[in-house]
Amino acid sequence: MTSNEAVISVRNLVVGFGAAPVLDHVALDVFRGEILGFVGGSGAGKSVLMRTIIGLLPKRQGVIEVFGTDLAGLSGRQRRAIERRWGVLFQQGALFSSLTVRQNVQFPIREHLDLSPRLIDEIALAKLEMVGLNADVGGKYPAELSGGMVKRVALARALALDPDIVFLDEPTSGLDPVGAAEFDELIRTLQRTLGISVFMVTHDLDSLHAVCDRIAVLSEGRVIAAGPIETMLASEHPWLKSYFRGKRGRQAHHSDRYH
Amino acid sequence: MSSAFLTGTVDGERVALAAMGAWTAERAAELEKLIEETAHRYKDARSVDIDLAKLERLDMFGAWLIERLKRALTAHGSTTRVVGLSDADCGLIDEVRLVNRAPPTGGGAENRILIALDSIGRNVADIGWSLVLLAQLLGALSVVVLRTIAHPSRLRLASTMHHLERVGWRAVPIIALSTFLIGAILAQQGIFRFRAFGADIYVVDMVTVLVLREVGVLIVCVMVAGRSGSAFTAELGSMKMREEIDALRTMGLDPIEVLVLPRIVALVIAVPMLTFLGSMAALYGAGLVCWLYGGMAPDIFLERLREAIWLPTFEVGMIKAPFMALVIGLVACVEGFEVEGSAASLGRKTTSSVVKSIFLVIVLDGVFAMFFAGIGM
Repeated sequence: MTSNEAVISVRNLVVGFGAAPVLDHVALDVFRGEILGFVGGSGAGKSVLMRTIIGLLPKRQGVIEVFGTDLAGLSGRQRRAIERRWGVLFQQGALFSSLTVRQNVQFPIREHLDLSPRLIDEIALAKLEMVGLNADVGGKYPAELSGGMVKRVALARALALDPDIVFLDEPTSGLDPVGAAEFDELIRTLQRTLGISVFMVTHDLDSLHAVCDRIAVLSEGRVIAAGPIETMLASEHPWLKSYFRGKRGRQAHHSDRYH
Repeated sequence: MSSAFLTGTVDGERVALAAMGAWTAERAAELEKLIEETAHRYKDARSVDIDLAKLERLDMFGAWLIERLKRALTAHGSTTRVVGLSDADCGLIDEVRLVNRAPPTGGGAENRILIALDSIGRNVADIGWSLVLLAQLLGALSVVVLRTIAHPSRLRLASTMHHLERVGWRAVPIIALSTFLIGAILAQQGIFRFRAFGADIYVVDMVTVLVLREVGVLIVCVMVAGRSGSAFTAELGSMKMREEIDALRTMGLDPIEVLVLPRIVALVIAVPMLTFLGSMAALYGAGLVCWLYGGMAPDIFLERLREAIWLPTFEVGMIKAPFMALVIGLVACVEGFEVEGSAASLGRKTTSSVVKSIFLVIVLDGVFAMFFAGIGM
């Protein structure tokens, strides 16, 4: 499914808040139809890169191209057209707390498309069922959901408009291992059925082994390696060695859940 | 963007439908009409084939509409098949085949009168419940106060001082200004009306009694409820949302002692002081207006003031102040602890904190009026 066409292409990106840049001339590609796992130490700037790509943080220099279009200097309309083609799953879900689950999933559809209420209802319900929730959840408020359900609803909302790219910020953090494994599998299934490209910021070594086609590693403000898991395991870079071949890394490798 | 079509060819009792173009979210509105017409037109067909071979693009919206068309035709008694699927779209079509199978729940015709009655009932029960909660917090607070009196070192002095500064000191300018204006307005209105029958001088009596007994303390309480009561509710509410209050409990600390007591102590100290200050500012405003607008020399005003003020007049206002402060603090804390998970609930509780505390302050003022009349003050 993976092709060589880059849906996201980042070149020379510099982002910083104070004197020292957080991202220092970062280059990264995400190809169509792949799941890219993006790893790095805490505070290395993984979420910063994601937030810069989706336009929540300003960049100092560099080029971000999405679907072959440079995001800088787009008109408001062009920008919205691109934003419609991606979905974002925030780390804490970021569900609208005053809306029910169903309304949360319907929200982007309602805002962007002019559809009949019946169709909006059906699509929202279909999305909820696709992420493994049943119709009863629809009437609940986010505060009444468990952590795993919040993630699923947030994923359903991210998928509401059938995006081409989905950004996932630590999708399995805060889930128990069984829930995390299920969520990984869900992402894999959805990616296969819907043919989406996935940019996944994660710390979960199991996720990296189980679902990621490629892994990119951010360290000291740069992408120091990118490639499939085998490349990471074979690398002699000290940080990669300790990350993938440390105690926890070895365990994840040996107990590979999908092999 | 390419358009989307559905064409049909009839062959006896067999119908072959061919979907073409891009069946995607952008086209979903027209596609929905299209499939409804199609389902209606071919409802008598014995068997229907839906050919997807010529589709350019398909997403979940399109896939669902095809599935809906298929279900509609099947419901009319046709044998429906989906043919010509590409491998890429196969998963999508399979996926939507499983969704939306459960019959729609809820909805249905709801009786408006029942809904209205239901909400009245709930509101009444809520009012009763909030009184219970107030009593509960008052009880818990009394226990904490007694415990603190027994062990004065348990009072969180730093926190209390911090709240005292926020509630009292920082409120001084706005409270002095608003009560000054109220005093001035009362005096101006009084002079304007009283002059008609030559009773200018009694304006001083009226303003003094009004300000010292009622208006001073009420204005201060309204300001404090709006300024500090709302802040307390929002603070406690967001602490509750972030489980900070649960964290305190697990550390063996009493949230009432740590959070509520310092705030209420600060209010009970600050409100009488602000009331005194506010009353003085109002009298100053009244004096200024009497002089500049009513032509009453300051020494005459002061002379009249001395005769008009009777110590109980002043006492009545000052006695009420700490009780009203207690009500504001209790309501604010009760509402804060009642906040649930959502942002909307925080907003709702903050509003109801201000509304309820102002309302209860006015009710309490009425109760005090009857009480003081009863004991002849």
